[in-house]
Amino acid sequence: MPSSIEMELPCWVLKMKIELRNVGLSIQQDATTVELLTDVSLAARLGVIHALLGPSGSGKSTLLYTINRLREIQGGQITLEGKDTRQIKVFELRRRIGLVMQKPIFFPGTVGENILYGPRLWLKDNQTLVDPKHYMELVQLDPAWVSRDPNTLSGGQQQRVSLARTLANNPEVLLLDEPTSALDAQAGEHLETLISSLCSERQLTVIWVTHDLHQAERIAKDVTLLYRGRVVEHGDAKCFFAGPSTEEGRTYLTGKLGGKL
Amino acid sequence: MSWLALSLSLGFVGLAAIVSRYQELGLEKDLAIAVVRTIIQLTIAGYVLSYVFASQHLIFMVLMLALMMGVAAQNAAKRGKGIPGALRIVLIGIVISEALSLILLLFLGIPGTPQYIIPLSGMIIGNSMVASGVTLNRFSSEFKLRRGEVELALSLGAAPKKASLAVIKAAVKAGMIPTIDSMKTVGLVQLPGMMTGQILAGADPIQAVRYQILVMFMISGATAITSLIVVLQGYLTYFTPEAQLKSS
Repeated sequence: MPSSIEMELPCWVLKMKIELRNVGLSIQQDATTVELLTDVSLAARLGVIHALLGPSGSGKSTLLYTINRLREIQGGQITLEGKDTRQIKVFELRRRIGLVMQKPIFFPGTVGENILYGPRLWLKDNQTLVDPKHYMELVQLDPAWVSRDPNTLSGGQQQRVSLARTLANNPEVLLLDEPTSALDAQAGEHLETLISSLCSERQLTVIWVTHDLHQAERIAKDVTLLYRGRVVEHGDAKCFFAGPSTEEGRTYLTGKLGGKL
Repeated sequence: MSWLALSLSLGFVGLAAIVSRYQELGLEKDLAIAVVRTIIQLTIAGYVLSYVFASQHLIFMVLMLALMMGVAAQNAAKRGKGIPGALRIVLIGIVISEALSLILLLFLGIPGTPQYIIPLSGMIIGNSMVASGVTLNRFSSEFKLRRGEVELALSLGAAPKKASLAVIKAAVKAGMIPTIDSMKTVGLVQLPGMMTGQILAGADPIQAVRYQILVMFMISGATAITSLIVVLQGYLTYFTPEAQLKSS
């Protein structure tokens, strides 16, 4: 990136962990081009939970997947601490930017083996492997379950195994794709509290995709509202919930903003 | 065997046609085409083989092997629908396993004449064809099934090969199982074609058995190599250079 741009940026930008500038992504579907993301710009601050809101089909999950390069953007730029993510080795990038998927999926094996999947990829042979129980305690799971098959656990517990597995890579950024959508209210709030405290203790930057407005209000300092692949609101969560600046924002808060494209 | 006896053997096909009609399987047309193709293809093969054997020219043998491998690859590639470049992938697998097997056979002292090389190659190529077809088919269905798992592995920082390891293993295994199963039951359930042919032609059964053992071992190696080569090329077609899954 040219240094002249860095010079022009105000000092608060230094706190920005992830920045997206004019990101665009389209796919070919039956000989027509479908734009999934158009001119998306947003910034996620260091150590802050950023809620990504929007109706179904607005491009929230796609956007999340572009940040750790599971999807390739066709236009614009994504930076991690000011560095273009395309200039970071993709395997290193994905270790630094962890993703927790909406529906927990497990590799064949125990809870412990699942948690160690990431560290085993990058730890050298002579380095001691991390203790999976440490990460289980971190997400408030009983360490005695380390040898259990994760598929036998409850939905909330499975989502915590999934979170522990991502955390075992020691990520700096956590991308969460509706992690509580399949959980009951109690399990969902439990996970919220857990992630909020991890975020402040470990200075984690969290981008949290959610449908749940109350959840977003509880957890997020910053919000972005996506609609039809475009950013319609971006900024302070309190301001957004007090009074959105756009028509789409106001309609979204009433729960009446249309879903699919 | 007289031509009359041979034409009467069509009665067996008639039985199959009756089953098809009775059970409404709708296979009569396919069966008729198969009968005509069997007669024409094998008759041509017989004349071509007797010409090639008589001429003893290396070039004819090479052309014949090339034809066999081309047809086999084209046939197996049909099993890999949705895998770009399936024909090229299978062809490379079959050519490499055939080449390695031939080198080994010559090293073991099998004469490099068409009488030996062509039938042995037929068995290598035929089995490699089946193995690569099964492997490709299993790979594409398994990949569809485990796409989420593969993407999860990528998200944790795994390279494409590591992320698709479970799929690769399942596909290679599927490609090798028919050969291993037939090795387990050979001689008990069925007498393989080559051995049967030799015995019918009046060869000593012990001598025929020795050749058959060689053939079984050779086929097990060839199918394993073909499956592995096919799958190691095949998995790459599912990923972009930046270790992303291509959209399905």
